[in-house]
Amino acid sequence: MTTVENEKPQYKYIGADRKRVEDPRLLVGRGGYIADLKLPGLLHAAILRSPVPHATIRSIDATEALKLPGVVAVVTGEDCKAHMNPCMNFGPSSIPQFPLAVDKVRYVGEAVAAVIAESRYIAEDAVELLEVEFDDLPAVTNPVAAMEPGAALLHEGHGSNIGYERTFEFGEVAEAFSGADLVVEDTLHWGRSAGMPMETSGAVARPGLNGVLEIFCNSLNFSYFSFLIAGALKLPSNRLTMNPVPAGGSFGSKFTAHKVPTLAGFLALRTGRPVSYVEDRLDHLMNSDHHASDRYYDAKMGFTSEGIITGLDVDVVDDYGAYMQFGVGTHGNAFSQIVGPYGFRNVKYHLRAVLTNKCQQGAYRGFGSEVHNWVLERLIDKAAAELGLAPEEIRRRNFIQNDQFPYKIPGGNVYDSGNYPAVLDKALGMIDLEHWRKEQKRLREEEGRYIGIGLATTQERSVFSATEFWALNDNPDFPLTSSPESATVTIDPTGQFQLLLHCQSMWGNSPETVGTTVLAEEFGIEPETVNVSYADTARALPGTGPGGSRYTVMLAGAVRGASRKLQRKLVDIAAHTLEVAPEDLELVDARVQVTGAPEKSLSLAELASTAYFFALNMPPGMESGLEESFTYDHPYTTLPAADRSDLGVFYPIMGHACHIAVMEVDPDTGRTSFLDYVAVHDAGTMVNPKSLGGHVTGGAAQGLGSTLYEELAYDDEGQFKSSTFLDYLVPTANEVPPFRLGHVETPSPFTEYGIKGGGEGGRMVTPSVVSAAIDDALREYGMRVRELPVKPADIVATVQASIARG
Amino acid sequence: MTSTENKYDTDTRTVTLRVNGREVTREVPTRLTLADFLRDDLDLVSVHLGCEHGVCGCCTVLLDGGSVRSCLMLAVQAVGHEVETVESLSADQNNLHPIQEAFAEEQGLQCGFCTPAMVLRTKEILADGQERSDDEVRDEISGILCRCTGYQNIINAVQNAGRKLRCGASGGCGTAGDEAKGA
Repeated sequence: MTTVENEKPQYKYIGADRKRVEDPRLLVGRGGYIADLKLPGLLHAAILRSPVPHATIRSIDATEALKLPGVVAVVTGEDCKAHMNPCMNFGPSSIPQFPLAVDKVRYVGEAVAAVIAESRYIAEDAVELLEVEFDDLPAVTNPVAAMEPGAALLHEGHGSNIGYERTFEFGEVAEAFSGADLVVEDTLHWGRSAGMPMETSGAVARPGLNGVLEIFCNSLNFSYFSFLIAGALKLPSNRLTMNPVPAGGSFGSKFTAHKVPTLAGFLALRTGRPVSYVEDRLDHLMNSDHHASDRYYDAKMGFTSEGIITGLDVDVVDDYGAYMQFGVGTHGNAFSQIVGPYGFRNVKYHLRAVLTNKCQQGAYRGFGSEVHNWVLERLIDKAAAELGLAPEEIRRRNFIQNDQFPYKIPGGNVYDSGNYPAVLDKALGMIDLEHWRKEQKRLREEEGRYIGIGLATTQERSVFSATEFWALNDNPDFPLTSSPESATVTIDPTGQFQLLLHCQSMWGNSPETVGTTVLAEEFGIEPETVNVSYADTARALPGTGPGGSRYTVMLAGAVRGASRKLQRKLVDIAAHTLEVAPEDLELVDARVQVTGAPEKSLSLAELASTAYFFALNMPPGMESGLEESFTYDHPYTTLPAADRSDLGVFYPIMGHACHIAVMEVDPDTGRTSFLDYVAVHDAGTMVNPKSLGGHVTGGAAQGLGSTLYEELAYDDEGQFKSSTFLDYLVPTANEVPPFRLGHVETPSPFTEYGIKGGGEGGRMVTPSVVSAAIDDALREYGMRVRELPVKPADIVATVQASIARG
Repeated sequence: MTSTENKYDTDTRTVTLRVNGREVTREVPTRLTLADFLRDDLDLVSVHLGCEHGVCGCCTVLLDGGSVRSCLMLAVQAVGHEVETVESLSADQNNLHPIQEAFAEEQGLQCGFCTPAMVLRTKEILADGQERSDDEVRDEISGILCRCTGYQNIINAVQNAGRKLRCGASGGCGTAGDEAKGA
């Protein structure tokens, strides 16, 4: 499929910048976040966390803690073992996890005991009075060493520190390399960072009426898995109601975030009282739900003398930390775009997911595909330098062409649509590359300044399908294939609209703005007149929640589906009243009219009052009322082959981006700064360019963080070294440059309106661009970014070593 | 046990201060932070706690017009001072202050968690009525972390708010500021 910009329908609201529906309440400080929730008799929990990386728990003495006035209870892993099942887990069942460590601790920061008290102050006082005896065990912090015979074993029941190992091969990889004119190889390390929202994870649980446990929490997709939390708590699923509470940022960190609500629920059940547990920043940094990818690569790529890629061979060791709650899902994401935007057909991928004494891994914006993209772009840049090709030229030569869509990649995923040359051309058009290349030379010669230009592209897979969870596993315990989203639209008796969403509320992706925009488009009403609310799990229809850049696409599909059902009913009522055939009617600007004859029409308010109050005026047999729900299932997903030679279609909605950065690097101090930065994205049909731009910019800022500043560091003994925001460096306004944005639209043929997801793209490409720009600036010193984050000291060390070598 | 009682200070004091234009008096533990006092005793939940160690700035409030991190101050230290939270600008979603309106127009927020702090900091920055370059604004908001926006739309919001405050709600005098001086 080629670009269909000219064929795109004209929309009134979709595609226009609109102020966000969500903003007014946030601007007056009434966001309703989890810590704002106060219930009568609420107790507060604080957690004692392990100070050691690996140890058996010999004893926990709570005598002194329990004497402190205001302390209600102390709960430990022994209680968990006695009264609950292991937490929800998509990884190997031989690696169970409880919200409080059972028998032994496996990383610094793992929860050991919870104190419940009348205030958080008292609970924290009491944590200090707990006496815990640990019998230290050897810790293993290097994932390669963790695979050696004799390495300290994390999970005796699993029997090995390798959580997953498999080699996938697609195409003819050996031939691709034997026939290549050039093979570039690299050893790369993507360091550990995390989504690190400003609001931590939290939950409030209370035993409610009729034996129902209510949990309020800011986890994002609990409507998908609340029954699993119920299972952990040994409750029938209909005795647990989870209530959505808006999240103050997530970026993957609250995607599942299951341990916090599970723990809060458990503490409420043990005490019989409402309990709040909201992580403090130390809790979140060292434990939270998870950290993100921490991968070591030996990678090589083959090329022809013209710079055409012949094949890719990747050997990746992924440091998963102590548990594997999500299996190897972040590699599934890499597989969904394993060739990037390039047309090569031969890929080998050897994956080892290794257990070490660190916090477990999970989602962070990009979900592992940003790492793979960085590896691809690193190799291509290395080849371009060796072949004497400009970075834009080698990419252009390898792009999948416009007439090849829909395009099935090695591995089985399908790319729906795209126009990669158009995105590249737009980015090049926004930045004067020739000027900067001249300026680079001039500044080096005349002023001794070091300027570098980085250019990179990325795929941005979106709209994840549940088959991703098990595409990499032969025998998944729960081979789910659904990842739907639902909406309920009600037109009240006066013609006013209610929109009920069946997932968590997450203001960052503007769900209310998206939903009301689609309703406005469908009915010709003003979007600001729509009221939006959220279902709890006792009322919720199937939903999966935001994640994998899916929510805008899925919500638009669900709202449009419900709208169509309502439109049919409105037209049928109007046809009956106006005594015309339904096919002679159309819905225009909130009225149903005889086609082309607006004078013969009925308003939504007139039709609504009929539907509610005048049954005898309706077509015989029609139900009263105007409420319709629609569950929109994944628009295109297929099963993997039994032998996994084809992983199936699981991420077919494929965005694309090209960024170009001009940076200055000081070789004496390692200081980096930006002189210009352009970012062009294709997320299909844009619903709201302004909010999409916000996503791109925010994501790019996070990518800069992962590239230059953010590091969840452990020392060799497994001690955690990033336990404050003075150690874990989130970029401030001074580190983030203005990004000049551009958009290209290649509507998806598979989704309603042609929308693609755009939540992750910013972070998918900045690491590649910034790495390339730093290399380019210090090329004469042999600079080559192989490890993230790249810190000033690393840059200075490379320069000094080069000077010493002469 | 006496050692427990000795270890944890349960002292209280009576504090009187002005918050959002009204005098308030409460008896509070001496160790209570100003942030917790505002959130828990006065229900001013716009004061958000992001790190509680003075780096993220989400708990920023104005103390006698200057921004402070309320997680690093004790309530007893605010005695006799004037505290402003974002509720002081407008707590009415349908009647926003020009600074709040500017943030909405520029989409200077996404999840909204740092937003009250950013809005208050903007009020402080703009109090002198002077125009600033984007780089100056960038520097002046750099004490508050935002994880969603990448900051550019916040900078745009501060500039928009500055125009509104200098030139009236429409912000019609543009960036030059000449009309404002004339008006």
